[in-house]
Amino acid sequence: MYKNKFRDGHVELRHVLYMTGKTLSAIGIVEVLAAITSILYREWNMLFNLMIGIGLFFIISFIFIFIGRDTKEERFSWGAGMSMVALTWAFGALISAVPLYLSGHFKSYLDAFFEVMSGYTTTGLVLIQDLDHAPMGLNMWRHLICYIGGQGMVLMTLSFLASGMRGLLKVYMGEARDEQIFPNVMHTARIIWSVSLLYLVLGTLALTINGVLIGLPLDMAFFRGLWMFLGGWDTAGFAPQSQNAMYFHSLSYEIICMTIMILGTINFALHYFILTGNYKEGIRNAEIKSLFTTITILSFLGAVALKSIYSDSTVSIRKTFYHFLSAHTGTGFATLYSQQFFYEWSDSAIILIVIAMLAGGSVCSTAGGIKALRFAILANAVVNDIKKMIKPDSAVVIEKFHHLKEITLQDKHVRNASIIILLYITTFAFGTLAGTFFGYPLKAAMFESASALGNVGLSIGITQPSMPDALKIIYIFMMWVGRLEFMSVIALFAFLFKEAKEG
Amino acid sequence: MVRKLFILLLLLISIMITYLTETSLAKPIDSNTLINNAFKYDGKFIEFQGEAIGEIMKRGNYAWVNIHDGSNAIGVFLKYEDAKKIKYLGKHGVKGDTVYVKGIFNRACKEHGGDLDIHAYQIKILKRGYEIEEKVDKTRFVIGILIFAIGSFLMWTVFRYKW
Repeated sequence: MYKNKFRDGHVELRHVLYMTGKTLSAIGIVEVLAAITSILYREWNMLFNLMIGIGLFFIISFIFIFIGRDTKEERFSWGAGMSMVALTWAFGALISAVPLYLSGHFKSYLDAFFEVMSGYTTTGLVLIQDLDHAPMGLNMWRHLICYIGGQGMVLMTLSFLASGMRGLLKVYMGEARDEQIFPNVMHTARIIWSVSLLYLVLGTLALTINGVLIGLPLDMAFFRGLWMFLGGWDTAGFAPQSQNAMYFHSLSYEIICMTIMILGTINFALHYFILTGNYKEGIRNAEIKSLFTTITILSFLGAVALKSIYSDSTVSIRKTFYHFLSAHTGTGFATLYSQQFFYEWSDSAIILIVIAMLAGGSVCSTAGGIKALRFAILANAVVNDIKKMIKPDSAVVIEKFHHLKEITLQDKHVRNASIIILLYITTFAFGTLAGTFFGYPLKAAMFESASALGNVGLSIGITQPSMPDALKIIYIFMMWVGRLEFMSVIALFAFLFKEAKEG
Repeated sequence: MVRKLFILLLLLISIMITYLTETSLAKPIDSNTLINNAFKYDGKFIEFQGEAIGEIMKRGNYAWVNIHDGSNAIGVFLKYEDAKKIKYLGKHGVKGDTVYVKGIFNRACKEHGGDLDIHAYQIKILKRGYEIEEKVDKTRFVIGILIFAIGSFLMWTVFRYKW
């Protein structure tokens, strides 16, 4: 019967739906962990909310899988692979928002959807109300969303459910993963999950022990530790309390969180190299050098810009470095109130932190933003051009950079990096303009636009339940395209247009 | 006569003290005013009140308690002896004690790494918190079980037929 509805020309579409269904079912299975947390703490209404969410995931997955069940052996085209990613993210976020909305902690379904998209894209902008009284199950689900999104929800399916699938490289790349650790995509996906799970255990343990030492009861030290790990490692910035990282009032907790932020923003491939004993890669890698350079320069300039705000040098270093690191890694943990950015930070400091937010972390990490590798490529291209200018015309100038291997700089590298940077800057300008159209001051609009697009999550105070719905939708779109780095979203629209044209 | 006058004077003084105390208790500053005008209030004596939330985090003879006034939570650093007066801390299913705090406001506390905080000299429990009994929503219970059961059955079908 389904063959009548879906003609041969729509095999690709059915395959996209099939894989989308598979991924959605995997997200539903992860949501069970949140339901178990609610059972442990006897939060019955939250449990039922989560059960509705899980059930919806399974029902919609079934429909998609049923429609495309005979397309299992199909190979993805680039357009279909990327469309599948964008479609999964859109549906995943829509369904994941249901338990959040039902919890009563959100003003509207749009707010819940905003929060979920913020979690999946590891942004960390929040619209939840009365977070300090939120159920444990709700907090668990919010943070699991960050973990799924950070590692890549499609990658999760590739790792565990997609045995034997063909053409998976396209969906892997569709989630803004620019490189593979192994030639086999599934093997790469499993390595990424193994690295993440290893750090999950170590990070949660460190934060739990520290939590007990700073006065938290054991169970809350564990849960807060787990959630702060998920927020930090996935560079999402979600925290279980309304004060975000300031809740703990602890230097040691801040240091562990900073370590987790740095680990989260490093390329998964580099993690794998270092964990398998190739320590030299950590020093030679062009992306790490680029990341280290920009974090150091921006933090230093930030400290200078905030000299009059924090007269004490220890305080200045702690506040400036923490927030610039949080911005640059795309985490969004804060030990300041959002209003303090607006009322206390100078304009120069705001511009610097906006640059840090747009710069972002590493490619193939959980961080968002333009990414350090692209800056490294552009810097190399500039050096290359200068060398060409000062050398004789007959000289052949070759520029190389080291990123997991020696790479000769080619025009295609520069072109790809330039396109992404251009798209980021254009979208940032659009977001800023939108903010000012809604009446917010320029520096506030710039800050929030960079935060949404760079998937950071620091807020200057615009992101609140009372903000205009249209701006919420604009920020949702910015978070989405920022995380998937434009191409998947563009591919989805092009793919749907093509399918519609074919009738 | 002098004795009566003296008693009357004492009475008047005690009424005045009570009145002044109550007035000051009735006018604590709100968190938004504090945060948005942090330079103005920096280092000043202030009064703040709100719900104690989360946990009491003991640090030697002192402790941190976060107090939420409805808009924001602010960290209050106080003697552990005082912190122990708080019985209920706000979380899911619990309304925390309403606590009144008198202390020094710090915009960027040098002692605590630049955090915005209050160092309390006096605290008072204005209203005891309580546990909130959760009423199970029957409609949600039925819908939740139904959707979950249908979804699980459909997933089982997918695995059974290896789709």
